[in-house]
Amino acid sequence: MDPENLRYTKEHEWVRVEGDIGIIGITFHAQKELGDIVYVDLPKVGTSTQQGKTVGSVESVKAVSDLFTPVSGEVVEVNPLLAESPEILNTDPYGSGWLVKIKLSDPGEAGKLLTAAEYQAYTGTESP
Amino acid sequence: MLDTIGVPALEDLYAHLPASVRFEELLNIAPGKSEYEIIDYFRARGSENLQTRANFLGAGVYHHYRPVLVDTVVSRGEFLTSYTPYQAEISQGTLTAIFEFQTMICQLTGMDVANASMYDGSTAVPEAAMMAMRITGRSGIAVARTVHPEYREVLGTYTRHQGIAVSEFEYDAQSGQVDLESLDQALNENTAAVIIQSPNFFGIVENTRQIADIVHAKGALLVFVFSEAVSLGLLDPPRDADIVAGELQSFAIAPSYGGPFAGVLASKEQYVRQLPGRLVGETKDANGNRAFCLTLATREQHIRREKATSNICTNQALIALMATVFMAVYGKQGLRELAEQNLAKSHYLGERLWRRFNGPYFNEFVAVTGPRSVEEINGRLQDLQIVGGLSLDRFYPELGGTVLLCCTEMSRRADMNAVAEAFGA
Amino acid sequence: MIKKVRQHPSQNEALLFEMSSPGKVGYQLPALDVPAVDPVEALGAEHVRADIENFPEVSEVDVIRHFTRLSTWNYAIDLGLYPLGSCTMKYNPRVNEAVARTDGLMWIHPYQADALSQGALAILAELERVLIEITGMDAVTLQPAAGAHGELTGILLVRAVLEAQGNPRRKVIVPDSAHGTNPATVRMAGYEVVHAASNDRGMLDVEALERMVDEDVAAIMITNPNTLGVFEENIARVAEIFHARGALVYMDGANMNALAGISRPGDYGIDLMHLNLHKTFSTPHGGGGPGSGPVAVKKQFEPFLPLPRLRRATSGWSWDHDRPKSIGRVRAFYGNFGVLVRALAYIMAHGGDGLKRSTQDALLNANYLRKLLEPYYKIAYHAPSMHECVFSNPSTGAIAKRLIDYGFHPYTVSFPLIVHGAMMIEPTETESKQELDLFADALISIAKECEENPDLVLKAPYSTRTAKVDEVAAARKPILKWHGL
Repeated sequence: MDPENLRYTKEHEWVRVEGDIGIIGITFHAQKELGDIVYVDLPKVGTSTQQGKTVGSVESVKAVSDLFTPVSGEVVEVNPLLAESPEILNTDPYGSGWLVKIKLSDPGEAGKLLTAAEYQAYTGTESP
Repeated sequence: MLDTIGVPALEDLYAHLPASVRFEELLNIAPGKSEYEIIDYFRARGSENLQTRANFLGAGVYHHYRPVLVDTVVSRGEFLTSYTPYQAEISQGTLTAIFEFQTMICQLTGMDVANASMYDGSTAVPEAAMMAMRITGRSGIAVARTVHPEYREVLGTYTRHQGIAVSEFEYDAQSGQVDLESLDQALNENTAAVIIQSPNFFGIVENTRQIADIVHAKGALLVFVFSEAVSLGLLDPPRDADIVAGELQSFAIAPSYGGPFAGVLASKEQYVRQLPGRLVGETKDANGNRAFCLTLATREQHIRREKATSNICTNQALIALMATVFMAVYGKQGLRELAEQNLAKSHYLGERLWRRFNGPYFNEFVAVTGPRSVEEINGRLQDLQIVGGLSLDRFYPELGGTVLLCCTEMSRRADMNAVAEAFGA
Repeated sequence: MIKKVRQHPSQNEALLFEMSSPGKVGYQLPALDVPAVDPVEALGAEHVRADIENFPEVSEVDVIRHFTRLSTWNYAIDLGLYPLGSCTMKYNPRVNEAVARTDGLMWIHPYQADALSQGALAILAELERVLIEITGMDAVTLQPAAGAHGELTGILLVRAVLEAQGNPRRKVIVPDSAHGTNPATVRMAGYEVVHAASNDRGMLDVEALERMVDEDVAAIMITNPNTLGVFEENIARVAEIFHARGALVYMDGANMNALAGISRPGDYGIDLMHLNLHKTFSTPHGGGGPGSGPVAVKKQFEPFLPLPRLRRATSGWSWDHDRPKSIGRVRAFYGNFGVLVRALAYIMAHGGDGLKRSTQDALLNANYLRKLLEPYYKIAYHAPSMHECVFSNPSTGAIAKRLIDYGFHPYTVSFPLIVHGAMMIEPTETESKQELDLFADALISIAKECEENPDLVLKAPYSTRTAKVDEVAAARKPILKWHGL
């Protein structure tokens, strides 16, 4: 379910590292909890951010979830498809539903996050 | 029923309350009255107020005709006694009416999106200001002194504790319009919004486009306020504004000693997510038929809680419905004709008195007293069962000896003649 | 077996803009008795609009049919029980509508001289008196236009009082069971929200609160009974704790329907509170407003109340604008006068004894329902219910929609947030045993359906004018006005 090559956070975000870029998104579990996604609020390109800070939010009809970035750095790209089709977050949260690309300021950060196994254990024990 | 619950007496239902919180006496309120006694009480209180067909007070509350159809519609129990339309499938009546309301407000004001109404015009103003601050990220507000004084007071109450700088700019002594130099000086890089009203408190129509150019050049937003909705039937809509805040009392909402009224908050398309208050959207049901529902609720307090755009929960649904029916009854032609009648009436009286300002005016104007004082004039009028205008020094100390007069389609020629006579003009 | 089903007309209704036709009119103005004025001459061409584009043109009969049809698609108290928790959907007495339309009350202007408005001022004075009596407070402002508006007024009063003492402080504590307006209000008033978890009985955790209160805390905002319908048994103790640290206690009075006549918040430590006249005092909800949210306060707040204040002189009542310590106005004019009139009429109709009896009946009805439903639905907390009860069920949303097929409006779904799958039910004293039995039967029948035929419940409702409305599409692509053909 949750790809092995990603790292995860307890706030239900994932990050995929490609060179010095970290691509972040929300997990399958997160989109399932939220329900049909209706709107995504993303940061501006050029924004500097730090691990754990809020960079935006994801909305369903009845709920809003803040987006906490798993990695520090500068926002270099945001997913252009989400404005028109926020629903890809539900259908493909790990692929075309990526949210933000960040130029990493600390390449070692991602490695310290949860592995797929650890994340699954976490969501398994989390209260429903 | 007590048997089913398993307690012997009603008092046992709250016997678990600690003694210290229980009120064991009887409230000091007279025993319940019959329907007739209640009607009689309020009729008596009503007769203790001067109620007259000839009322020349405006100043934010206007004496317009209320078509009979308005009360017919809002008195229907399905409108009167229904709740907020959270359950869309059984609230399509309310939702459809609000959708029509939102549409007509946009058509009248030239804005792209309007919410389902605010408490009133006075509270829509600070909400508009806060909206502008969220959008621009700036924290200064500049407001014209010709915006309704009580609206400005409310703005102060909402902003004082937040350390928001609210500065006021002046009006031109000849025209009664915004003094553009004073506006320019009040503007700086920290100004989020400039707030003007048109027609302004003096009844004078502002040069909104010119003002908008100055405001936008400094990166601020223009908040356009109106308190006399009838003016929208005739005056060029504020298309250059970014946010419009206003009062709909003129649209079949009785003056009722100041409330309940309904406020407008509308804006350009791109600011919709910063709009507070309820929004109704069009959608389809499971069978593909058109339906309406509350939408973009994630802006609101019941979901966002402390991060909401506002704490507002209500929209003045029933009052907005009155305005909706009014707008439907008058329609495109009627609103125009109504406004033109207001113009004709006020200019009839306005030309017979000395006016303080020479700017263009709609249905209100500031008259200068001649040989007689304001008190004398209004005293004479009261003897004729006519309520005279508002003495302006109440709000503008520099404008002593002037009266704000309002004439609407309800003003009769004979009464206006009486007013002119009372002035000793 | 469904005993009560309401049919909904289902024709497609055009919007006003779609039934519009050029030249149709619904109005007739009298002829001008003064000369007409050319707008362009009087105002200048740049100020005159050409047209109100796409604004509807319909006839009077179009208007009455359109809105009459629309009205038949609404559920309303006039049609049946409305079990929404904390909304207090009680009967809206029609005598209130009649008196609010008294000519001498409807047409008076707020700027008429005080001497010419003595009737209006007497009404306000009497309403202030009875609300003070009901709440056990010392003074009240009738200005706020709604509950949330009253909350804002209240927290601004807290700030003013503390500021006068030298330090407004920075934080306000809000229980996690609170209505969303509470934390939103705190933020608007410039304070930081501190969340307080409820204890395992769903009530205020006194020990935890004691640890939380420091010199940075300005106040706590509590609802009593809380949103579970449970009386906060430790409320007096909580008030003591906060007062000992110089902090204040604000009460959200939304649930006053459980207290009027049997308990007065001012008697046991509440410093200030708001009332919802459109809940406890029967003024109509009207599809979402208007309301009115008076704020009743203890003596120390009196100088800070919004201005103007009512003052009694030998010549009668008048407005006192000379209030240097006031927090200012929270709205123009004096309050939702039309709503205030209705509330006073309600209070007069009941009298002191009647108000108490209403409260007792509200408790009776809620507890009766609870007893009938407890074998079939899991009660969220076992503490005694006052005027409302909260059950917990993961299918709360679907059950609510299925309830519509039985002819009832749903209860409050998924609130308070501290209960999983909340079903919040407040019948009010209006309902007879017959109506309550029908309601309980409906819910019991649905409980059986959940077991025997869950799909039936999940896909409800079936008998409404529209099928299930697509709220997702509405949020993804908002269409907020009619765009034309």
